[in-house]
Amino acid sequence: MSSVAEVLTTQEPRYDEEARTDRARSALGYLRRNPSLGIGLLLLVALLLFVVIGHLTVDVTQYRPLSTRPLQPPSRDLPFGSDKQGRNLYAVMVEGTPLTLRIGLLAGVIGVGIGAILGFIAGYYGGWIDNVIRVVVDVGLTIPGLLILIIIGMRVRGGLTVNQMALVVGLLAWLYPARTIRSQVLTLKQRSFVQVARLSGMSNPEIIVKELVPNLLPYLGASLVISVSAAILASIGLEVLGLGPFEAPTLGMTIYWVDYNAAIINGWWWWWVPPIVVIAILFTGLFLIAVGLDEIANPRVRNRV
Amino acid sequence: MSLAYVATRIGSFFLIVWLAATINFFLPRLGDVDPISQMLVEQAATGGSIQTGLDEMIEIYNEKFGLNTPVWKQYLNYLGDMSRFDFNYSISNYPQRVIDVIIRALPWTLVLLTTTTLFSWFLGTLLGAIMGWPRAPKFLSFLMPPLLALNAVPFFLLGLVLIYVFAFRMRLFPLLGGYTAGTFPGLTPAFLRDAAYHSALPALSIILVSIGGWALGMRAMMITTQGEDFVTYADAKGLKQRTIFHRYAIRNALLPQATALALVLGQLVSGAVLVEVVFSYPGIGNVLYEGIRAGDFFVVQGIVFILIVSIALATLILDLIYPLLDPRITYRRA
Repeated sequence: MSSVAEVLTTQEPRYDEEARTDRARSALGYLRRNPSLGIGLLLLVALLLFVVIGHLTVDVTQYRPLSTRPLQPPSRDLPFGSDKQGRNLYAVMVEGTPLTLRIGLLAGVIGVGIGAILGFIAGYYGGWIDNVIRVVVDVGLTIPGLLILIIIGMRVRGGLTVNQMALVVGLLAWLYPARTIRSQVLTLKQRSFVQVARLSGMSNPEIIVKELVPNLLPYLGASLVISVSAAILASIGLEVLGLGPFEAPTLGMTIYWVDYNAAIINGWWWWWVPPIVVIAILFTGLFLIAVGLDEIANPRVRNRV
Repeated sequence: MSLAYVATRIGSFFLIVWLAATINFFLPRLGDVDPISQMLVEQAATGGSIQTGLDEMIEIYNEKFGLNTPVWKQYLNYLGDMSRFDFNYSISNYPQRVIDVIIRALPWTLVLLTTTTLFSWFLGTLLGAIMGWPRAPKFLSFLMPPLLALNAVPFFLLGLVLIYVFAFRMRLFPLLGGYTAGTFPGLTPAFLRDAAYHSALPALSIILVSIGGWALGMRAMMITTQGEDFVTYADAKGLKQRTIFHRYAIRNALLPQATALALVLGQLVSGAVLVEVVFSYPGIGNVLYEGIRAGDFFVVQGIVFILIVSIALATLILDLIYPLLDPRITYRRA
């Protein structure tokens, strides 16, 4: 939210009350003109609200098996019912949603972090280092990350924790950001302000940090959102295949149990509807935010969509 | 198309295949224990139904990859095996060889993936092209939001919903499997009809999810293309709108779509693996899933390798076709 406001307000920051409401109002006004970003943020905020309210209204330790009677349809006591192992599915959702978000966020930050460093180096310096990075990225992108993750998952069978999983997913998540950020840097470094900076004696690292990075911030933001979404998709995929953290009630593990117990063809709809709805909201929200940030980064798009 | 271009593409194909084999070899051996031999020994110790042939497998395995052999020699052995597509026996389906298990499943995946990919690419591109045209019927613009929302959802989640609605509730389609239990796979019309009937829902879930992305990409390209000078010129010349649409706009906007097709293949395979799991569709993805559940390392390694090789092959083919579509493209060292 604040980054949006920063991009918008070109005026000098005044730290009195009036300026703050001004900023808030202009941010809201901008969200109205950029509905993708607004709706996307709204969806994610709704999910977070659900988690916060959930923590206040349910004992989250009931995500563990044998907490309640198994296979209860939704009722007053169990708003989302319970699964075959006696997990309170409401607690599972409240505990699992932030866990899945955490995997995505950690992996996304690792991915965009490494990808941005490599992308800036490759795009700005060029030469042999660019060639090496480009070939590695091109080859790496051809190999589906999920397959590599499966091999790693087989190696540490059942021993993955949520954080390890985020790390593993993140280690493969830098390829795509590296490629797209590199191409952005390539066009940006041709601009005259970069040449002015170079002529005025700024060093290369200084130009990257002070001139290029600020100009690419909205773009990096969009890149991060896309990476988070891809990381969540990869982690859910691993979990559905049975290579996830078995102790943790993440969204993907819930889907795994749904599939494992054939909940759909047994008619236990309350078991699979909540995780699917949450995952759908999550992906749609992230997608819309990415589209919205892209619009900030590249205003010409505005006429298109 | 220059010779250098073809050589570079083929070179990168072999680079990818070699890399896939190397990853397959080293990743499982990163720790101090070899998980494969460990798993073999475990299976032998627990005994049970898959006892048969385990001793023989352990013997062969130790000879090629045992502790007495230096790592470089193990690696060479491995590369040799891979180049012959020899992935050893399937631990859980002894005495079937992994390659036979894969070959039996491969047609299912290939048919499902190629038909759905091409179909959704064609339909999505067409839809995007029409929507990007100023004279497009208004109602089409209402199609976009639902398609985009679907595009954000993973294949297999939509698959779960489709199973519930169309197979469990409405009983229009079979719940799972690739063909009716009890029939024998063969190229008879009755069997093909049965297989198509079983593939309808998996195919639908892939198509519905992918169409939105293709439509969005094509629509954006159409709008960009219409801003180009040659379209303005064609308009000024007094060419019919229909001609401009067919000959000028669509043709030029198609190129990035063709590139994207190559890029999407990788993601599609990962996604389709899960679709097959959800539908118990007898393709590669399901075999992979069974392999993971049974701890059958050879099957998993074999499938990962085969999938990477086929994606590299598809990319190579598209790369070689691409210069024929667009003569301006040459492989330049940027």
